[in-house]
Amino acid sequence: MKRTIFSNQLLPWLLLAPQLIITGIFFLWPAGQAVWQSFLREDAFGLKTSFVGILNYAALFKDGDYVNALWVTLVFSVSVAALSMGLALLLALAVDRMLRTANLYTTLLVWPYAVAPAIAGILWWFIFNPTIGIMPYLLDFVGYDWNHALQSGDAMVLVVIAASWKQVSYNFLFFVAGLQSIPQSLREAAAIDGAGPVKRFFTITFPLLTPTTFFLLVVNVVYTMFDTFGVIDATTEGGPAQSTNILVYKVYKDGFLGLNLGSSAAQSVILMGIVIALTIVQFRFIERRVEY
Amino acid sequence: MIRTLSVSAFAMAASLTSAAAQTDIQWWHAMGGELGVKLDSMVAAYNASQSDFKVTASYKGTYTETMTAAIAAFRAGEQPAIVQVFEVGTGTMMAAKGAVYPVYQLMADMGEPFDPAGFLPAVVGYYTDTQGNLLSMPFNSSTPILYYNKDVFEKAGLDRETPPATWAQVEEFSARIMESGAAKCGFTTGWISWAQLENLSAWHNQPIGTLENGFGGLATELAVNGPVQHKHWENLKTWQDSGVFQYGGPGGGDDAPPKFYAQECAIYMNSSASRAGVVANAKDFEVGYGMLPYYDDVEGAPQNSIIGGATLWVLQGRDDEQYKGVADFFTYLSSPEVQADWHQFSGYLPITQAAYDLSTEQGFYTTNPGAEVSIKQITLNAPTANSKGLRFGSYVQIRGIIDEEFQALLSGGKDAKTALDAVVLRGNVLIREFEAANQ
Repeated sequence: MKRTIFSNQLLPWLLLAPQLIITGIFFLWPAGQAVWQSFLREDAFGLKTSFVGILNYAALFKDGDYVNALWVTLVFSVSVAALSMGLALLLALAVDRMLRTANLYTTLLVWPYAVAPAIAGILWWFIFNPTIGIMPYLLDFVGYDWNHALQSGDAMVLVVIAASWKQVSYNFLFFVAGLQSIPQSLREAAAIDGAGPVKRFFTITFPLLTPTTFFLLVVNVVYTMFDTFGVIDATTEGGPAQSTNILVYKVYKDGFLGLNLGSSAAQSVILMGIVIALTIVQFRFIERRVEY
Repeated sequence: MIRTLSVSAFAMAASLTSAAAQTDIQWWHAMGGELGVKLDSMVAAYNASQSDFKVTASYKGTYTETMTAAIAAFRAGEQPAIVQVFEVGTGTMMAAKGAVYPVYQLMADMGEPFDPAGFLPAVVGYYTDTQGNLLSMPFNSSTPILYYNKDVFEKAGLDRETPPATWAQVEEFSARIMESGAAKCGFTTGWISWAQLENLSAWHNQPIGTLENGFGGLATELAVNGPVQHKHWENLKTWQDSGVFQYGGPGGGDDAPPKFYAQECAIYMNSSASRAGVVANAKDFEVGYGMLPYYDDVEGAPQNSIIGGATLWVLQGRDDEQYKGVADFFTYLSSPEVQADWHQFSGYLPITQAAYDLSTEQGFYTTNPGAEVSIKQITLNAPTANSKGLRFGSYVQIRGIIDEEFQALLSGGKDAKTALDAVVLRGNVLIREFEAANQ
């Protein structure tokens, strides 16, 4: 590691200042307020405030809805990560074998990433709308009665598809880059030894992609936990019967719609804890093993 | 040259002082689209009618967003003088004693002539305290009514001028409609919570909660798991299974209107304020109107329906000059001409008897059939403790719970009794939490 010695003690702080100020104002201060608020019980207008210790936290874990949201978030994150990464890997492998149109193909596949989550949500909402959507109409021919407004399974499938669709592009780019960094000679040598494409993939390509895969896994889990708010809000609003109510959406519902600030603050503190844990995992265990 | 300059400087100074003498009053509201344009024109007319006050109306998004914005502004000391709050936020606003300026008190303090008796009791009843004092100014109130497709009725061999009056008739008519192939489904509805539980209870004179539906204090508990509600939800489930009823989704029920517009369902229950939208969208058929259906074996039914919509709350913390303006503006808003115009344009209820009478005089109800159903329905009987309205804390969330439990019922996860018991149980937890936070 390189070490730079500054002769002036002030200069490094000055150079860091813009970033530190932004972090302080937009992250540390509100985060601190959330922590403080999570120990309070308050009416919406802030007229009556009382310190209640960990009551808000204790209430959360006694609350079946919160435990349900934890479970839903887990199912949702794992499904989105598996679906979007699996598809992206398939597409990346296909591009890797292409000779001529690889660039065009790559550009087209990256497009969905530019679509805002809320717009992606509305798009899927239209496609799957039980009354006017095209998918329920088509599914009706094979005898499936699609209704994500009532069937929790359908609703989960819908949000997983809507959330994955966008993320496939992102994962795809990383997989393509990862594949390109694998020396062609390795695969050629294996081919000469008589290994078929499937065997070559599982013994050479996939193990060498592990750092990329781990990195994407963490990024995808963070994405599904925080950035999918728009998708959920535009499609199911957490329903039916809370079956797609992920943690971050519950924070919004309880805090902004229900004006239950103490509980909402406690929930965001827990979420913050989860992100911190994930970031540590990424830096400690994954970044170290990545060879640049 | 110098003279023109000095004259214009003088004119400018004069205009500045006149602007400074005008008291600015902020009004945050949630009326988008056509209603927002209409609201702006009402405000402009008020500003032009006098020179002491200038009302500035700002659109703040949905009802929830507007309320959250006003509360956040209050905490930061930047609150508007007037904020429009939807009916389910009433409990929260009322409990915030130091934050709101009750309208009756405002009118008295400012010496503004104000006669609560001129308002329609079913409208103001929702917003009065137990002593009958008006706490917020009704602005846009509506009530759910029944719409039906006259052409489909005729095709099914039914009388096109007779809407179903009872739930037994809804079932019977729907069966005829479906058998004859005139439509695929009998009925759909917006607002399961508001129309098929709260109004169902009031319409049958059944309690929604203890302590006069929560009007009597924060110690209230939900009571919507009574026999009538139980029977109705059980029927809805049966009817959904047989195709008579189609679910339109949670909250306002976004999927319900297309089902009616596309002539898939012959009967549709939704807010009286949806009337303009229904008329605009019913291009290929004629719309009929009726009151909400009732169970004729329930004693006291039909009672009267309850309202939804929003009222204007005055927030504390502004100076007396502004409150004078607010009082003056409220008098303007509730004047018969302004009210009748707003009512006729929007489909919301007229809030005063005078505005209702004026609309009748102008022949509005003869040229617009169906526009009067809502008024007749809320004034059918004098409101009882069960049909005055409802007032619970955290009611936005409780509405969500009602939707969730109804979905659990329809998807077969729970029966009607279990679902309604769960509404009561889960709702009471929130009400207790709200009570603790506001004591």
